Amino acid sequence: MSGSGGIATLGDHKRRRIDELAARTAEAGGVSLIRDAGRRLLRNPAAIVGATIILLFLVVAIFAPLVAPHDPVQRFPELTKDLTVDSMPGPTAGHPLGSDPLGRDFASRMIYGARQTLFVGVLATLIGLLFGVLLGAIAGAVGGWVDVLIMRITDVMLALPSLLLAITLVALASESTQWTVIVAVAVVNVPIFARLLRGSMLAQRESDHVLAARALGVKQGDIVRRHMLPNSLTAVIVQATLTFAVAILDAAALSFLGLGDPDINRAEWGLMLGVDGVRYLEVRPELAYYPALAIIVVALGFTLLGESMREALDPKNRR
Amino acid sequence: MRAPGRPAFRFRAVIAAGVVAAMTIGAAGCAESDRGTGDDEGNAAGGTFVFAGAGDPKNFDPIFNDDGESFRPIRQMYDTLVTHKPGTAELEGGLAESWTNDPTGKVWTFKLRQGVKFHDGTALDAAAVCANFDRWYNMKGEAAQSQMIYYADVFGGFAGSPDAVYDNCKAQDASTAVLTLKKYKGAFPGAFALTAFSIASPAAMKQYDADTVTQNGDSFSYSAFANEHPTGTGPFTFGGWNKATGEITLAKNPDYWDEKAKVDKVIIKVIKDENTRKQELRAGTVQAIDFPAPADRKALADEGYAVLERPAFNILYLGINQKNNPKLKDLRVRQAIAYALNRPQLVQTKGPGGSVVADQFLPETVLGYAPDVQKYEYSVDKAKQLLSEAGATGLTLNFYYPTEVSRPYMPNPQEIFTVLANDLQAAGIKVTGVPRPWNGGFKDDVQQFGKQDLHILGWTGDYNDPGNFVGTFFGRPKVEFGADAMTEMFDAIGKADATVEPEAKRTAFEQVNRDLAAKWLPAVPIWHAPPAIVTTKNVQGLVPSPLTAEEFDTVSLTK
Amino acid sequence: MVRVVSRRLVQLGVTLIALMTLVFFWLRSLPGGPVDALLGERATPQTRELLIQALGYDQPIWVQYGRFLKNVVTGNFGNSIRTGEPVTDVISRAFPATVELAVAAIIIAVGLGIPLGYLAARHRGRLLDNATIIVTLIGISIPIFFLGYLLKDWLTQDIHFFPPSGRISTGTDNTDVTGFFVLDGLLTREFDASADALWHLVLPAVTLATIPLAIIVRITRASVLDVLDEDYVRTADAKGLRDATIRKRHVLRNAMLPVVTTVGLQTGALLAGAVLTEKVYNWGGLGTLITDSISGGRDYPVLQALILLAAVVFIVVNLLVDLSYAVIDPRVRVQ
Repeated sequence: MSGSGGIATLGDHKRRRIDELAARTAEAGGVSLIRDAGRRLLRNPAAIVGATIILLFLVVAIFAPLVAPHDPVQRFPELTKDLTVDSMPGPTAGHPLGSDPLGRDFASRMIYGARQTLFVGVLATLIGLLFGVLLGAIAGAVGGWVDVLIMRITDVMLALPSLLLAITLVALASESTQWTVIVAVAVVNVPIFARLLRGSMLAQRESDHVLAARALGVKQGDIVRRHMLPNSLTAVIVQATLTFAVAILDAAALSFLGLGDPDINRAEWGLMLGVDGVRYLEVRPELAYYPALAIIVVALGFTLLGESMREALDPKNRR
Repeated sequence: MRAPGRPAFRFRAVIAAGVVAAMTIGAAGCAESDRGTGDDEGNAAGGTFVFAGAGDPKNFDPIFNDDGESFRPIRQMYDTLVTHKPGTAELEGGLAESWTNDPTGKVWTFKLRQGVKFHDGTALDAAAVCANFDRWYNMKGEAAQSQMIYYADVFGGFAGSPDAVYDNCKAQDASTAVLTLKKYKGAFPGAFALTAFSIASPAAMKQYDADTVTQNGDSFSYSAFANEHPTGTGPFTFGGWNKATGEITLAKNPDYWDEKAKVDKVIIKVIKDENTRKQELRAGTVQAIDFPAPADRKALADEGYAVLERPAFNILYLGINQKNNPKLKDLRVRQAIAYALNRPQLVQTKGPGGSVVADQFLPETVLGYAPDVQKYEYSVDKAKQLLSEAGATGLTLNFYYPTEVSRPYMPNPQEIFTVLANDLQAAGIKVTGVPRPWNGGFKDDVQQFGKQDLHILGWTGDYNDPGNFVGTFFGRPKVEFGADAMTEMFDAIGKADATVEPEAKRTAFEQVNRDLAAKWLPAVPIWHAPPAIVTTKNVQGLVPSPLTAEEFDTVSLTK
Repeated sequence: MVRVVSRRLVQLGVTLIALMTLVFFWLRSLPGGPVDALLGERATPQTRELLIQALGYDQPIWVQYGRFLKNVVTGNFGNSIRTGEPVTDVISRAFPATVELAVAAIIIAVGLGIPLGYLAARHRGRLLDNATIIVTLIGISIPIFFLGYLLKDWLTQDIHFFPPSGRISTGTDNTDVTGFFVLDGLLTREFDASADALWHLVLPAVTLATIPLAIIVRITRASVLDVLDEDYVRTADAKGLRDATIRKRHVLRNAMLPVVTTVGLQTGALLAGAVLTEKVYNWGGLGTLITDSISGGRDYPVLQALILLAAVVFIVVNLLVDLSYAVIDPRVRVQ
């Protein structure tokens, strides 16, 4: 099937899903249609829930220093006083969630965790998006063998399960830092965005509004900039929303495998869950429960919003 | 390819398959509960002792190993000439009833036990002992030699090497072996008790080609002797190694020369994850686990399990490399670092049960321990003052620490680093943490290239000898510490190590330890952290060893 | 058909050699490496030199590469640094463990996922449907290792119902024929060993099945809804065909195509999930091997072979999915 006869047909299927999204949003092009989709989105309770979660998450992340009672890396004498390797002080007046394994304020770490998690998720998504969009645009614009080559590489990458690719990348990295993790999680998304952008641009090339613009004598560069890119962006945003959830889950999994961010001073939910949460599960289960709950809720929020957006853009639902 | 008009997909079939699967699983559950009761009653006399270890062994030829997980089964199958009194690092007779050293320290005479037989039925006599020494010394090939890590360290080298210590071994009579060295070596007699120097059956080694080590790709293949036919004199014989389930089976040796093993069978089960080891213990599938997570020890003790703490025989230190930052050559700066560290707090908050602050590089039980060394009580003020005296305020240091590893002396390097770095920052030293995977660059960067200013590392002692601790670290110039200029230190340790008479040796090493703390301070000792074993209540007679050299022949299982 | 397969095989060969070359040079550029991994804390500098000579690292890189390539072509991937065994032995032992786990997970995911998805779609908008949607969403959002730990803590510690880890009870004297423990027990008529292995399989398989199950439910539901909306189903309904007939003839047949694709996709993704699940349950399959060969001490020979194996598996599974497509949907042709 699928004419490519490519190296990686599993990639084909992932790819086809991406192409569909690209085509849909391309079709959806035109301001009125997007507005139409927006209206449908607002009527969808799932989208509202998702958006609310994300909004809350963003507020906490951005205003963490104002919300958090303490510095997340400081060790407090009143906490270390009663801290041993097998017990941690529980909630007290100044420390609503008690101590973490090093005598730091767990509540503050949870709150700052929103910020760090946002940082990892956004950067992993953005880096993937940036390189993906760049590659996709090159492939779409230049065409020919460049297009074939780029698409063949993305096929291979799509064929590997994302976590496995990330693990391999971490193993093959010469240094392990937070950036290793971010880049490993990001690289996985490059092919997705590349295909998405290319597909969307190809689909639009023949769409009514582009043909109309061309007929009116608008220059090629302007068509790409004013019409094609903004429309492709819708698809990219939808995908980015979904990617975010996967990125924070993958980062947590890497931490669990001992291949995550090595700096345990950093308050990031995945790191907190994958390292301390698992290690001290019996001594203090909250160390696992709270970050896990936070990750689940935030991932859920992004998935809900992303899927609702995709649904809203689906021409089939346009009645 | 076409499949015209064929009903290609049957929905019902899929549902049916699911139901069948569910039923099968349910049925298996019933089968299991029937079996469960049978297992509990099986352990009357003798029985099977299941011990959960933390990693795969490499092979069972003692001389080609250097790690605890390989030594664990090896120790049950072999004996050494000299051994340790259970639960201590003190020496007692093993295969040799007694041993004497001539005044030059170069000639060792072993009086062997009578009537000891290898598992293959051949006799252990002086010729067999000497055959082992000769085998090690004459080992051919880089592949084999490069894997004899303890031998190279203790005996200095192989046939033809100018540094080799071994001269010859003669069987004076059937029960007297005389070992002659080219020069005195402080490591002996303690090193004779090393598991790597266990005595193996020369006949079996010959039959199964023990010396054949071949390189294959980036690693080595070992002989049938090392993998399938390990033959020693120990209380257990080799039963098998099921790699798919990670189980090493050992059977009671009915002809053991000493008191026979109390259990019929030992299974060493490899469970790498500490959390899973604990859970298997609770599930009753294993009777003892090694290296419980420090955080779990208390809970397990409260639940009625026996937590056996090994006497501390290790050291964790903060290494200082003087090469890259000239400020670190100044003793005052190194002392400032020592003052800046709140070691009592580290021990209290992160030390496994039984840990103590270390003020020198060897544990109290080792010869040469000096009770009166300079202690460096925690004091930020003193640290700051020394730094400013040395003109080193605003000092910035990189601090290498390992990831992806847990050692008995360092259960959680990342936490230890975080705490130490925090202390240093509080004293005004800026610290840049550099994490490196243990096998993916840490050892290379720290010990080969010396990229670090500070690092954490440690050591578990092999035998009761100060040279095994301070000699290993500071007896010669090492990239790790970049202290090439400290010749006074190398000389002093070298002299102390070469002292033959025990009392003189003690005095010499006590002085070394005092000077290490007050005059040289090439590193800061942090803690001695005893690793533990946890057993179920019905396990009797398992004696925890400071050298992590437990023997299972004394173990019995009660109802 | 034959031409397609043979062309794919040639592509396979070329891809693999290119991949191996890349991996070889990359691994040798990394810090640490086999010498570091093979030597403990006690090695002297002389021992280190010996080792470098023994492994041939003192020779020019192209000599090493030539020897490596020769070995690989003859199917020799060297020995594992960690255990000293031939890599092919290590992998062929781990492979059945993971396949056993993955097959069990797929059975659970498909066996439960398709009926659930179908039921949800038939009861669109009602309680069952909404509950299914919410649960599957959580299933996708939960870190799978955390779920594994919860299940394990609850079902093996709080109540001693399932065994906490491993593939078979310690000390079981089972005969190893194929490496698939459940199957081996049946073949050798050691039925209690087989049941025991199956019992050990339950929790890991359920954990591993979570994500594919959630995804299959969702895809089935969406796909069935799509088909129910199609004109020909409405027509059939209007014609007064019996409900069962409509279901069988039209809805399921047509709804299955995207589901099969998803199952194929999820089979690949299972390997990623297996890395986490196997670590939680000490399973001793490929997932454990991947973790061990990385964080247990950079076992590059094993890692090299695993990367190669992953590539082979994906290409082969792809081909199979393509072929199964053609079987289900006659309109599809394999080119």
